Amino acid sequence: MGKARSAARGKASAAPAGAWGGRARPNPNPFEVKVNRQKFQVLGRKTRHDVGLPGVSRARALQKRTQTLLKEYKERDKSSVFRDKRFGEYNSSISPEEKMMKRFALEQQRQHEKKSIYNLNEDEELTHYGQSLADIEKHNDIVDSDSDTEDQGVLSAELTATHFGGGGGSLPRKDAQQLGGGEEPHKTRRELIEELIARSKQEKRERQAQREDALELTEKLDQDWKEIQTLLARKTPRSESGGGKEKPKPDAYDMMVRELGFEMKAQPSNRMKTEEELAREEQERLRRLEAERLRRMLGRDEDAHSKRPKHLSADDLNDGFVLDTDDRRLLSYKDGKMNVEEEPSGDASGGENGEEEEEEGEAWSEGVPEDSDSPDGPVDLESDAESEDARERPQGGQHPSPGERLTTGDRAAARAELPYTFAVPESCEELKSLLSGKSMEDQLLVVERIQKCNHPSLAVGNKAKLEKLFGFLLEYIGDLAAGDPPDLGVIDKLVMPLYSLCQMFPESASDAVKFVLRDAMHEMEGTVETTGQAAFPGLDMLIYLKIAGMLFPTSDFWHPVITPALLCLSQLLTKCPVQSLQDVVKGLFVCCVFLDYVSLSQRFIPELINFLAGILHMATPNKQSQGYTLVHPFRALGKNSELLLVSDEEDLATWQRRSLPLQWAGSLKTQTETEANHTRLSCLAVCLALVRRCVLAYGPLPSFHDIAWPLRALLTEHLATHCCPPALQELSRSVLMEMENQPRHYRPLVCEKSKPVPLKLFTPRLVKVLEFGRKQGSTKEEQERRRLIHKHKREFTGAVREIRKDNQFLARMRLSEIMERDAERKRKVKQLFNSLATQEGEWKALKRKKFKK
Amino acid sequence: MEGADGPGDARRALGRLVEAVLASRGEANAVFDILAVLQSEDQEEIQEAVHACSRLFGALLARGELFVGQLPSEEMVLTGSRGATRKYKVWMRHRYQSCCNRLGELLAHPSFQVKELALSTLMKFVQLEGEHPLEKPKYEGNYLFPHQLFRLVVGGLLSPEEDRSLLLSQFREYLEHDDIRYHTMQAASDTVARATDGRPEVPLTFWNNAFMLLSSVSLPRQESTLSSFYVKHTELSDKWKVVHLKEHRKAFQQMWLRFLKHQLPLRICKKVLVIMHDSILPHLAQPSLMIDFLTRAYDIGGAVSLLALNGLFILIHKHNLEYPDFYRKLYGLLNPSVFHVKYRARFFHLADLFLSSSHLPAYLVAAFAKRLARLALTAPPEALLMVLPFICNLLRRHPACRVLMHRPRGPELDADPYDPAEEDPAQSRALESSLWELQALQQHYHPEVSKAASAINQTLSVPEVSIAPLLEVTAFEIFERDLKKKGPGSVPLEFIPARGLLGRREDLCAQHFTLS
Repeated sequence: MGKARSAARGKASAAPAGAWGGRARPNPNPFEVKVNRQKFQVLGRKTRHDVGLPGVSRARALQKRTQTLLKEYKERDKSSVFRDKRFGEYNSSISPEEKMMKRFALEQQRQHEKKSIYNLNEDEELTHYGQSLADIEKHNDIVDSDSDTEDQGVLSAELTATHFGGGGGSLPRKDAQQLGGGEEPHKTRRELIEELIARSKQEKRERQAQREDALELTEKLDQDWKEIQTLLARKTPRSESGGGKEKPKPDAYDMMVRELGFEMKAQPSNRMKTEEELAREEQERLRRLEAERLRRMLGRDEDAHSKRPKHLSADDLNDGFVLDTDDRRLLSYKDGKMNVEEEPSGDASGGENGEEEEEEGEAWSEGVPEDSDSPDGPVDLESDAESEDARERPQGGQHPSPGERLTTGDRAAARAELPYTFAVPESCEELKSLLSGKSMEDQLLVVERIQKCNHPSLAVGNKAKLEKLFGFLLEYIGDLAAGDPPDLGVIDKLVMPLYSLCQMFPESASDAVKFVLRDAMHEMEGTVETTGQAAFPGLDMLIYLKIAGMLFPTSDFWHPVITPALLCLSQLLTKCPVQSLQDVVKGLFVCCVFLDYVSLSQRFIPELINFLAGILHMATPNKQSQGYTLVHPFRALGKNSELLLVSDEEDLATWQRRSLPLQWAGSLKTQTETEANHTRLSCLAVCLALVRRCVLAYGPLPSFHDIAWPLRALLTEHLATHCCPPALQELSRSVLMEMENQPRHYRPLVCEKSKPVPLKLFTPRLVKVLEFGRKQGSTKEEQERRRLIHKHKREFTGAVREIRKDNQFLARMRLSEIMERDAERKRKVKQLFNSLATQEGEWKALKRKKFKK
Repeated sequence: MEGADGPGDARRALGRLVEAVLASRGEANAVFDILAVLQSEDQEEIQEAVHACSRLFGALLARGELFVGQLPSEEMVLTGSRGATRKYKVWMRHRYQSCCNRLGELLAHPSFQVKELALSTLMKFVQLEGEHPLEKPKYEGNYLFPHQLFRLVVGGLLSPEEDRSLLLSQFREYLEHDDIRYHTMQAASDTVARATDGRPEVPLTFWNNAFMLLSSVSLPRQESTLSSFYVKHTELSDKWKVVHLKEHRKAFQQMWLRFLKHQLPLRICKKVLVIMHDSILPHLAQPSLMIDFLTRAYDIGGAVSLLALNGLFILIHKHNLEYPDFYRKLYGLLNPSVFHVKYRARFFHLADLFLSSSHLPAYLVAAFAKRLARLALTAPPEALLMVLPFICNLLRRHPACRVLMHRPRGPELDADPYDPAEEDPAQSRALESSLWELQALQQHYHPEVSKAASAINQTLSVPEVSIAPLLEVTAFEIFERDLKKKGPGSVPLEFIPARGLLGRREDLCAQHFTLS
């Protein structure tokens, strides 16, 4: 096998060698072939140097050296160099045309400069096709090459061929050659023919292109016509027939067929969904969201979030709608009368409606309130707002002029004063000035309109503006909550725009809430650092925390807003000592918010248990028998340790259970003793309810009884004193019962089985060899490095060998030169000696002659 | 002096008087005028007078124009028939004495500037008197220091009436000088020792002042020649006590022992304990003498006990103190408030040290782990983040305690065998229990706490978790960290639309609170 291959290879390499050597050799001389014998046959190894042709390669090398090295050697003492100074000759970046242009320009310049020095009158020489115009004028009678064009127009390849007697198409050139072979202008003729052929081909191509252009144009024209035709057909069918009068009039049947054929088919539209389907879809959506929530709650997505789809907001509210189920509408007017709203016609071309709305929106943002009473826009807009049934939507197309707008009723008058368009406030003060002094509904309306007028889809900058609006609203809410009395009604309503804004801009909303939280915590941290404790913050903070829980899912394992908020709540419960009844109300509200946060995830809150125990402790009179310990903000004995204790029998009897007003957390008005006592009892009731909730929530925890132990001790003590109304006693008894009923299962803990660590194995590691001849078992970089080192070594040795051979070659050349010179000298010396000898001989002969004479 | 209209005039008048007195002995009676101004009510005038006195007596001390030796009574000298010069000197010395007394009174002046000025003037006199002693040296090279004058200064600083913290911080500059420090320690120990003499109730301010002064005394750490003296001496003698650090230590120890033998208020006690390990114990000649105070403090309970732990630890660790039932007491210290006190970090650092020995019995470690876990049920998140790794470290160090988290084939129990009320860790039956508390804390609302508690679900990794960085973590830091943390994707949103502040029916807030 090796031999066969070597033979084939030898053949392949012999061909060029032959070309070099000048002799064609079908088979190499076996004596010239050198075979590198392989010691072992290695399977799969590719051998490259098994056969060599030393003679051939030596001859090639020699020839190369004589061509390069020898030349250099011979020219070693010559200093003149040929330099090509043509412009851009070796610059490949310039295209040939450009090069020519530049050269021409340069030449012109040179000529001009040279001439203009001496020739004052003469302008530059004018040329045409590179020939001087003056010359052309002189030889006017020269045959114009253009005169042939007529003939050339019809000249084609075949024609030419036949003309010149060519037979087969395959040999046109040969024929031509033969034809003009004997003639004197051999070259020019051949050229001429070629030129002719080329020209005719080009012309043919041009004609074709022209035809194509014409075709395209007509097609385009037809198309345009068709477009217009449809219009004409609908409006004035007569004109169409007039336009195409030269055509034969199509008969009615054909027209019908065509019409039917080309008539656009009705697009299949989405079927209206039935109620059940809608309900099912909604259910499905909620189920999906709930599943997502659960996943986040369990914190399982920590590592799998890469493939988690981007969270879509619950009601993909990019359309700017506040609430899809909201049925409030705004009033509208028609001819100065309030319009009674009928069922809005939903089928009135939805797409157009949307467009119009957008236009309207733009118009409003430009600040033209009068425009707002155009047909659909305002109604659509206001359909969300709270309104009455007794309003009617204006009919499309009839535009009541702004002047005609009248108002009926006080409320309507108040509303009519509100402009329909608002710029987004740039600062909180601006928002405050916008909203202050307005009624609750008006404030809502203003916020809503701001939101609508500046929907992100209407203008580029609106997104940023609305993002800021969230922060301002939050601040405004804080101001409202901090007021005295706190305006909770407005806050209650403002939550909804906040929610919708949050759905639109989750990032900025979360940043705003975080900012508020950080502010509050920072303040609290400051007071804790200085005094060691902090007072309960104002109602605004509590409201913020509550709102945060409504905007973001509270059950997530980790959430960028909710987790800090939870810490914030925990700080409120651990760092703020309860010093007044108001603090109790606040604390209980915080507890409620806290428990609401974890209502779904049922997470454990130690601080809450401590706080509730503290509150219960405050309501328990008997301080002696302590079976529990209180932690930080509460003291077992002290100024406030009996804050919630009620001893008045009458107050106990008259107390009615009712909810605590949230206002009390803001500012608790001075109350009479009875009221205060009632408040205390209400607080106690709330506290007990919360305890009950905790018992239900934490019952399944493994060490529940240890957690609830202080609570139970307090409750039993509390019950023993009999100092509270029967309802509360009943409540605490039931809580105690529930506590007792919780299961007491203490199952010993067992670690999860972890994967056993595999033992060390001593079998050899098998590495798959992918490529032979390559070093294995190292990194890619190392391999690359080794490869480069190897390559360098090889190149280096090769270069050294080349240099050595060069030197040998040069030495040989030098030697042969010297030998040649010596031989010449020897020859010349011999010649001289020869001549001298003959001279001497002659002289001697002459002498002898003389002697003889 | 009557002609003084303004402060400028007063100053000039006083200056003239001082010049006159210094110029000739005949004008000596002008001193009375100066001393009269010193009694003035006006703050400015007093300051001027103090300046004048300082100049006058400073010059006189430097000139040696005051009587040297045991001072005879004024009348005796004046009526006697000794030399006029001697009479003058004795008389002037008496004026100087009254001036110093007045300056001592001025240390209680309501104006701080006057106080400060009086203090600096007195200290200047101390310096000058030290250089030119007013008593005869008993032998050549005798070390003389104006003890009496200096005691006056220290007595003025340790006032029982008002808080002298500002003045004391001024005085701290002088304490850098070795001799002043030494004599301060002596004077202070005398004053403190006599604090309760004849007084049933010592006011808190006195203890505050005393603690302030005592705590500002800091001895150099290593033995070096004590040479930075306030009173300039031409040469230092090796025989002087002031020069030796050993004497300083003795004085330091005596001062603190005399201070601590009193029934100190709790707050002062805490303050002392806070600096005990760092700036008191290393400087005592016999640190073991502190054992009385420390054991007393350790038995008080609460935060004081926690603080006493540190000092006790040093005594046990470095001075071979045998403390019976140490671990039992330490176990007793673990109550719910331990997570809420200010010294939490220090306490847990020490507890970690105490429990780091691998030779502790397993029942003890198990009791500690169980106790801590029980307490963790009431702890805030920042404490939980520290104590959960702490418990895990305990279990790592003592493989015998791993049954707390891994007890395969154990019977299901009706109640926790661990007895939290038992004071003796040996009797608490902790080894029979399991860490169910940590299992409950896996449901904690904070994700990091939950993760930390989940560590017991798996077999614990071998290397311990260093709790040093977790000791000082505050809730605020955790809060900031949570705020900065970025989630992987966008912020998840609530999908149930909001209906109002108390919109949801099932909310507890809506059930228990109304808007109006």
